[in-house]
Amino acid sequence: MQVSQRPVIVLDRVTKVYPLPAGDVVALNNISLTINEGEFVTIMGPSGSGKSTLLNQIGCLDVPTSGDLSLNGRDVRAMNDRELTDLRLTTIGYIFQKFNLIPLLTAYENVEYPYLMKHRKNDDTGHVRRLLSQVGIDEALATHKPPELSGGQQQRVAIARALVNDPAILLCDEPTGNLDSQTGIQIMEVLAGLHRRGRTIIMVTHERDIAAYAERTITIRDGRVA
Amino acid sequence: MIGKDILFRLSVRSVRLHLLRSILAALGIVIGVVAIAAMGMMGANMTLSVTEDLSKMANILVVRAYTGGGGGFIGPGGGGSRVVGSSQASDEEMITEDQFRDIDRIAGSYGTVYYVYTQSDTIEIGDRRGRATIIGLDPDVVPEILELADGEYPKSTTSVVIGPRLVDRFALKLGSKLDIGDPDEGTTTTVRVVGILPERGMTLDLNTDSAIIGSDKLYTGIYGGEGEYDQVTIAVDNLDEVATVKEEILAQLNRKEEEVTVQDSSRILESITSTLSTMTSFVMAIAGISLMVAAVSIFNVMMMSVTERVREIGILRSIGTQKSDVRRMFLYEASILGLVGGGIGAVMSLVIGYMVVLGMVGTTEFFFAGESLWYIPFAMAVGITICIISGVYPAWQASNLDPIEALRAE
Ligand SMILES: Nc1ncnc2c1ncn2[C@@H]1O[C@H](COP(=O)(O)OP(=O)(O)OP(=O)(O)O)[C@@H](O)[C@H]1O
Ligand SMILES: [Mg+2]
Repeated sequence: MQVSQRPVIVLDRVTKVYPLPAGDVVALNNISLTINEGEFVTIMGPSGSGKSTLLNQIGCLDVPTSGDLSLNGRDVRAMNDRELTDLRLTTIGYIFQKFNLIPLLTAYENVEYPYLMKHRKNDDTGHVRRLLSQVGIDEALATHKPPELSGGQQQRVAIARALVNDPAILLCDEPTGNLDSQTGIQIMEVLAGLHRRGRTIIMVTHERDIAAYAERTITIRDGRVA
Repeated sequence: MIGKDILFRLSVRSVRLHLLRSILAALGIVIGVVAIAAMGMMGANMTLSVTEDLSKMANILVVRAYTGGGGGFIGPGGGGSRVVGSSQASDEEMITEDQFRDIDRIAGSYGTVYYVYTQSDTIEIGDRRGRATIIGLDPDVVPEILELADGEYPKSTTSVVIGPRLVDRFALKLGSKLDIGDPDEGTTTTVRVVGILPERGMTLDLNTDSAIIGSDKLYTGIYGGEGEYDQVTIAVDNLDEVATVKEEILAQLNRKEEEVTVQDSSRILESITSTLSTMTSFVMAIAGISLMVAAVSIFNVMMMSVTERVREIGILRSIGTQKSDVRRMFLYEASILGLVGGGIGAVMSLVIGYMVVLGMVGTTEFFFAGESLWYIPFAMAVGITICIISGVYPAWQASNLDPIEALRAE
């Protein structure tokens, strides 16, 4: 395993403020950090400390209130919605805490969806099927819709979906949070395998043994790197 | 292509998921499409039917005395051109015997020329009273210009032929007797029905459906005014010569001053079709209001769909769906409602339109003509367009949801 020193994610004094009627919530406060290509990083911290908010900034779901964020050397704050959306489609794979599968689509279609959005044609290479079998979803299960799948199965589908466009960066928000420990370990094995093949992975967790899969742990408290 | 589009698949499934609600919303479109198509077809069929009636009259020229203004074009009996009691009135310009002779000299070789006396009057059959148009004609021309449905042509001054509406209205038959004139105001004249005319509908020369037609002697015997004709009609044998005849009459009789006007069917046709098209546009606009109501319900259903699918929109956006694609997805949904509503509406238009045309126009002879059927795709297109327009704002709103906020929705 080889970790290059090329920075893919650079945060420079990133601050995120949510203006609320009861007063502003400073979710991220002056965060600066650099993540290199191929790194496996976990983010830990108590509930409400800003972990998801941080991941959302890196995942281009949100833009910082102030400070600079660059992905692969490109300034995120200078991008428009179309470019940010395109980045989410092609460069970033996001595995959500709540799976976030599309309920009207089958498992197969859920995984195929980002592929269709990117290539504007059906997958005729068997790529989607391969990914599904890699995460342990067989052909029969692939025809089920998310509500008919167990939590662990849904999470595997979500992982396959996050990988379908071969993203450079994989973001995971408590990927094992809703799973029993046995299933959690299986999911972590999948992530570890991806890391071995050179993916940059950033994972939020509050479980120490899960964090142990990573090379580096960043701890956040009250929106600051502790 | 579109069937393979995953966004289209999502829209179809979303519509299916809320089938009842979607059908109810589409029902409004069905009603609107049917209303517009049926009204449009009714107008088209009326126009086609009038056009056909009048084109049968293309060889007819009607000469009337010049009255100064444009002059009404409604033929005799179209509501009573004169009122009983003022029959001798000189305020009304008439065609004189001399003028008639001139016209006959000019046009006689081109076809049949005949004069017409006409009057609206009270009639009495037994103890029932009503009104009818009394027409006096030269008995020699009657067989030439009128066909009979039943009976024979009048031979004496007390025999008449009558129009089919009078037959229906007063339950008359061959041999029935009727009195012309108001018994309260003076003498009446009793005549006998010897012939019944077929329905002729809208005509240019003589509107006979509610008329009593007798000899000129019978007419002048009742009303006087011999040699003062209400109109002179020319049935030209050869269509190509209609314009020539018209021009010659105008040139010769109006040489010194305007004495007569000559009408042909083309001007009347123009005027009637333009009236009909105004009327059709008006009823279609009213039918269009039902589509406005439908638009509101489509809008409502689309807004509900957006609200229910906020989280799904958040997911779609977060995994890289462009705003334009989200918009497209909701516009698909609106289009599906429009296509379903418009499609069902089109099929029902065929049935309901047929019934409306049968009821309002009386004939479905022209129902399958292009001018008539054209209103079905037209109404369908209007319905679908209205649906899509109703979907624009909801789609726009969906596409502008903030992904983070949308994902937090439960
Ligand atoms: N969209 C939002 N609007 C307003 N406040 C928000 C929003 N998102 C997050 N916050 C606030 O920002 C702070 C950080 O939230 P965040 O979700 O990042 O925490 P977290 O570390 O992921 O917590 P958890 O472990 O419970 O998931 C919290 O105080 C939260 O209430
Ligand atoms: Mg969180």
